[in-house]
Amino acid sequence: MSRGFWQPHRIVLIGLAVLLALWCGWALRWDWLPRYLPLMAEGIWRTIWLLAVTVTLGFLLAIPLGLAQAAGPWYLAAPARSFCTVVRGTPLLLQLWLLYYGLGSLFPQYPWIRESELWPYLRQAWPYAVLALTISFAGYEGEVMRGAFKGVPSGQLEAARAMGMPRFTILRRIWLPQAIQRALPTLGGETVLQLKATPLVATITVIDIYSVASRVRQDTFIVYEPLLLLALVYMAITGIIVLVFRALEARVPSRVA
Amino acid sequence: MLEALLDAFPTLALLAWEPPGWGANLARGLVNSVQIALGAFALGLVIGTAGAYGKLYGGPVTRDLLAVYTTVVRAVPELVLILILYFAVTDLVNQALVSFGYARVQISGVAAGIAVLGVVQGAYSTEVLRGAILAVPSGQIEAARAMGMPPVTLARRITFPLMLANAVPGLANLWLIATKDTALLAIVGFAELTLQTRQAAASTKAFLTFFLAAGLLYLLVTLISTFLFARAEKWARRGQRGGQA
Repeated sequence: MSRGFWQPHRIVLIGLAVLLALWCGWALRWDWLPRYLPLMAEGIWRTIWLLAVTVTLGFLLAIPLGLAQAAGPWYLAAPARSFCTVVRGTPLLLQLWLLYYGLGSLFPQYPWIRESELWPYLRQAWPYAVLALTISFAGYEGEVMRGAFKGVPSGQLEAARAMGMPRFTILRRIWLPQAIQRALPTLGGETVLQLKATPLVATITVIDIYSVASRVRQDTFIVYEPLLLLALVYMAITGIIVLVFRALEARVPSRVA
Repeated sequence: MLEALLDAFPTLALLAWEPPGWGANLARGLVNSVQIALGAFALGLVIGTAGAYGKLYGGPVTRDLLAVYTTVVRAVPELVLILILYFAVTDLVNQALVSFGYARVQISGVAAGIAVLGVVQGAYSTEVLRGAILAVPSGQIEAARAMGMPPVTLARRITFPLMLANAVPGLANLWLIATKDTALLAIVGFAELTLQTRQAAASTKAFLTFFLAAGLLYLLVTLISTFLFARAEKWARRGQRGGQA
């Protein structure tokens, strides 16, 4: 970026993009927009909620998964590794349908489940969406955390051990913070991938922003406009995620040699 | 052994090859999935090679346009891109056909799936190949240029063999993504493995059996591919000092 951003050809390109956007606003049909705006806001909120919840839960699950693979005994490492392999080796859509249709068809056969307190939740779709997305994120992130835990210099851990620090304190104060710091750039990328996985929940009747767009298409037979707007919304959310992680990375003090 | 298993899990009989079993349907779905994944991966490689060269050696306009392409494709969910491209490609082809005086055609699911996933894969493989080409020692390329080697020969004899070793791990990842992304075509109604599974499961009500079986098939594809790509990497790294070969 030595020559600066505002080069002549870029100004022309940006001008063309603005013209294209203006043409889209003028020539395409947007009259459906006001009617669906409240529904869209709800959908965006649901998407972001799903993303935030599953990334948090998945990351919490990924820490033991990574730790088990990096330093655990074989009877912990082997299940963790096969969990990551299975999750990363099968499509998320299949996992989602397996949980929703498979478990969903299994549960009603047991009266004690139907009589339990959890039943009102198990009858809805979103717990399955949260579960599937969490498992998927944990599978991918567990692999990242394994590398991050292994990447922490052993001198750091040895020094802590030499100071007589208890094992759990080492994990909490030395090992985990440095591993997270190493994983942060990948974590940002994985979060964007997770955002791109959220529209799959529309296939099990969770109303996120994607399914709102599908509904507009079915109601009004307008094909392109909702999809273009949808792409724009996802790009905006991606931009926000990238900015948030950039801020996070800047906040964490960088390594001192 | 088999009979005891069948007694314990009677729904396993539904996986039999012949009707009333659904084994043949699942197999057909798997073949479709692999076919689309192969096509999309190949198309992605072509786009990616062109894109990587454009990003590295192209003019400023080419570079910026390619940056927009890779950024947009990597920021928008595949599902949305598939829908946009699926509708747009069918629409454009038909409009072109009509304006040239031909009849409208129904684009086959395989062709549309390959085109759509190929465009998505192209964005990712552009980045993978760009990184791999950048990792080729520049002295090698400069030496070939100094010898007066034409650009195509240079690419074929110097850049490709040297970058392959760096590109294989990234490409292996992309191939696995391609096989899993074929599942998304179930949503536009293409009869690949996931949709076949869902239909079989819905008509027999044996959801767990079929989804687990399909998961096993996907996993098998993944494991076999991982093994083959490990072999390929070893082959690409032959002659490198310090390699495992």
